[in-house]
Amino acid sequence: MTPAEPLRTAPADPPALSARAMANLEFIRDTMASASAFTAVPGWGMALTGLTALVAAALAVQETTAKGWLSVWMVEAAFGLAIGATTMALKARAVAAPLLSGSGRKFALSLLPSLAVGALLTAVLYRAGLAALLPGTWLVLYGSGVVAAGAFSVGVVPVMGAGFLVLGTIALLGPASWGDGLLAAGFGGLHVVCGIVIARRYGG
Amino acid sequence: MARTGAARDPRRRGEGAAAGAGEGAVRPSAAELDRLIHERIRLGIVSALAVNESLSFNELKALMKTTDGNLSVHARKLEEAQYVVCRKSFDGRVPRTEYRLTAAGRRALERYLEHMEALIKATRNR
Repeated sequence: MTPAEPLRTAPADPPALSARAMANLEFIRDTMASASAFTAVPGWGMALTGLTALVAAALAVQETTAKGWLSVWMVEAAFGLAIGATTMALKARAVAAPLLSGSGRKFALSLLPSLAVGALLTAVLYRAGLAALLPGTWLVLYGSGVVAAGAFSVGVVPVMGAGFLVLGTIALLGPASWGDGLLAAGFGGLHVVCGIVIARRYGG
Repeated sequence: MARTGAARDPRRRGEGAAAGAGEGAVRPSAAELDRLIHERIRLGIVSALAVNESLSFNELKALMKTTDGNLSVHARKLEEAQYVVCRKSFDGRVPRTEYRLTAAGRRALERYLEHMEALIKATRNR
């Protein structure tokens, strides 16, 4: 058995004792930090968002103008954010996980920059007539945000983020006609599958 | 601290040994140290459970980066001291063992933290 740090090696040197005590406190703090992973990611909410994304993809593919296509996905983004925020708040309350402190705060701070950059690039690329690049841009930005935020959450979250990164890369390098299919696979398929996994393993 | 008391109460285990330790500058605090959770894996289990309502055996194993056998031994010692409670159930066909920190375990961790802080203060005030 390994004591955290031996404190009674006689004769005790006070500075060494102090250093060992500080090392023990640091060990406790680190263990608590890694043990308090953000578990309020809403599995069923994520799956529901995935279903609405599949509907959006089916509607968007029928649009003949860039404006109409973008409008469908903007409405879907608003739905997704609303569903995600509401179900996350509900789950956080159910599992007594703090949303605005500790790992919940780190989760949000890691995810939000990517979402903000996504909104900015959406406006820029659309105005530049480069709407064909939007599916790949959304997928890689969301994926990078989810991977970063997933460091503070359960293991399936960064795995899902990596999936978005792969799909985004394919979208950026492949033909524009694949855009809606890849968006459906990512925001639809990955959300549904990972959402169900999270819901079953982590209480909703 | 009476050695007989330490022998009877697993929560006080090791204090008798501490009382017999060499002359240290901060001996009073060291003598009261809860040896049961001073061991690193057990300290980790108690710390992890302090910030979670409950954790499964596998979650604790991953957190502590240890083996099934090692975790079992240490978790059992904490159970015997009534610092943690263990609940066994089935998730479908898969057995699931879940641990929770008891009020006594939380108090023990708080006492341990106080002892560490007292040690740091005592050495700084010299």
